[in-house]
Amino acid sequence: MKAAVSLGLLVALLVALPYSAAWFHAWQPEVSHPLYSRHSFVALTLSHVGLVVAATSVAVAVGLGLGIVATRPAGRSLLPTVRAVAVIGQTVPPVAVLAIAVPLLGFGAAPTLLALALYGVLPVLGQTVAGLDQVPKPVLHAADGMGYGRWRRLLDVELPLAAGPIMTGVRLSAIVSVGTATIGSAVGATTLGSPIVEGLVGNNAAYVVQGALLVGALALTIDAALAAVERRIRRGRS
Amino acid sequence: MPVWVLSAVGLAAAWFPAFVRVAPNRLLTGEALSPHAWLLTGGWLLIVACSFVTAPAGRWVLALLAWTGVAGFPLLAGADARDVLAHATPFTRVQPGAGFWLGWLAAALLLLDRLRGMRKPWQAGAWIAALAAIVAASALGAFDGLSLVREWQAQRAPFSAALGEHLRLAAVTLVLALAFGAPLGWWVWRTGRANGALVGTLAFLQTVPSLALFALLIAPFAWLAHAWPALGALGFGGTGGAPAVFALLLYALLPVVRYTVAGLDAVPADAREAARGLGMSRAQLLWSVQLPLGWPVLLAGLRIVAVQTIGLAAVAALIGAGGLGRFVFLGIGQGAMDMVLLGTLAIIALALVVDLLFQGLLALTERRA
Repeated sequence: MKAAVSLGLLVALLVALPYSAAWFHAWQPEVSHPLYSRHSFVALTLSHVGLVVAATSVAVAVGLGLGIVATRPAGRSLLPTVRAVAVIGQTVPPVAVLAIAVPLLGFGAAPTLLALALYGVLPVLGQTVAGLDQVPKPVLHAADGMGYGRWRRLLDVELPLAAGPIMTGVRLSAIVSVGTATIGSAVGATTLGSPIVEGLVGNNAAYVVQGALLVGALALTIDAALAAVERRIRRGRS
Repeated sequence: MPVWVLSAVGLAAAWFPAFVRVAPNRLLTGEALSPHAWLLTGGWLLIVACSFVTAPAGRWVLALLAWTGVAGFPLLAGADARDVLAHATPFTRVQPGAGFWLGWLAAALLLLDRLRGMRKPWQAGAWIAALAAIVAASALGAFDGLSLVREWQAQRAPFSAALGEHLRLAAVTLVLALAFGAPLGWWVWRTGRANGALVGTLAFLQTVPSLALFALLIAPFAWLAHAWPALGALGFGGTGGAPAVFALLLYALLPVVRYTVAGLDAVPADAREAARGLGMSRAQLLWSVQLPLGWPVLLAGLRIVAVQTIGLAAVAALIGAGGLGRFVFLGIGQGAMDMVLLGTLAIIALALVVDLLFQGLLALTERRA
């Protein structure tokens, strides 16, 4: 429901904004180009979503893998180190990760992608470990007693039971990514942050509002959609 | 197991292109230099070998080796910088490279892992000793050749100003968040509106990207300053500190409200009943029962808010609020990576220090309780 409303808002903005030049001109008469035109708003949105999807996919693969390894008997001794990395990593702000990626990879989409993926691993990892840890011991013993192998127990019992928390991690990861990708335009990535940053630099309030409205609607859409998936998973479980 | 994984990371880092990078000036990317690859390889292999020793001495040697790594990595980089600069132009910059950072991180995580079984004073002692060694070395000028230190020396005054602005932004936000958030949280708790419109609105604001929220506040704040010139005279405007603090406050309110509610929930109903039975008024109850008993939970919330605010305040530089973020974004604009790194490391260090401070405060309150 919420997802449909915010998606509708996003689509409405994408359709209406290209025709809003007169309105922005009335609001900011001194600005010569009232409408951001370097890239179309649809292209900006797609590139923003593409970055977030790519980074979140990597983050989910790595975070899920590390979380599974750290909760196996052979990898248990890694768990404190993994936790320490996750806790220290959470204190490091996303902007800092973005800034560190620039000297490594230069300007453009690459450092943004690296920063988003790196930072996105933490919530997925934390929630995977928490989710797998809270699977009740009797359930595991029952699976063992039924002759489930290690892999089958993981795939058929543990992961489905931990799916709720893991999905929470995926949502947190994606939301942080949407926000950081916006700032990524300051290091040369083409995202919905580009109109905001160009507007701030060029003193063009119209660009700023256009970018901010779109990225706000996009963030709400992604959050609401993932929250709906999360609710469905949690409801299906109980 | 952690020893092997971290040693593998350390070994990879030892051969990673660039323990340090040597650049002709502060704007160019440097040439990779890895002068200690064999020394580091030997060190990491020694660590792996020690992990097979079952005698207790093996554990101590391993911890000592990890400690040496934590204290020694910066010294190595500092020495490299001095060697390079001894016969180079004065504009030459020697930056620590990816191999340095990754290796140092692996050594620190190894030390953390090895110290885990030991008693608290030993743990704290090891970290303080490592820190003291690095501070002492820097006082002796061991790192003077490194580009980060030279960038800091060149920009000492603006850096101090930015640090002050950053701290001021975070402190004002924290105080306001507590002043508004705690009463709101109390109200939410009393009226049982944990799922109400207020909390819903604050949760909604959390998903709005920080840059968008900062940017959207420019127009209304500019209008306010325009409509009431008295506000404008106070430094209130579309850009600068006022919209930044307002946006940071909007992000900070939700955790403060949530943790206030959790703190009030943490007070046992028996304690409230007993206090009421003693004839305490609502204010007395709040002040002498609920606040002392719920305080640790609220403090845990403030810790999260403080760390989050320090990170978000970096973005506020884009709307002219200053702070360490200005170093980051100005550096990115100029292509001066030392400046970016200086700002970034300062933000990370600030967040870590504040986190540790709150942890210490939390430990103190819990001991007293």
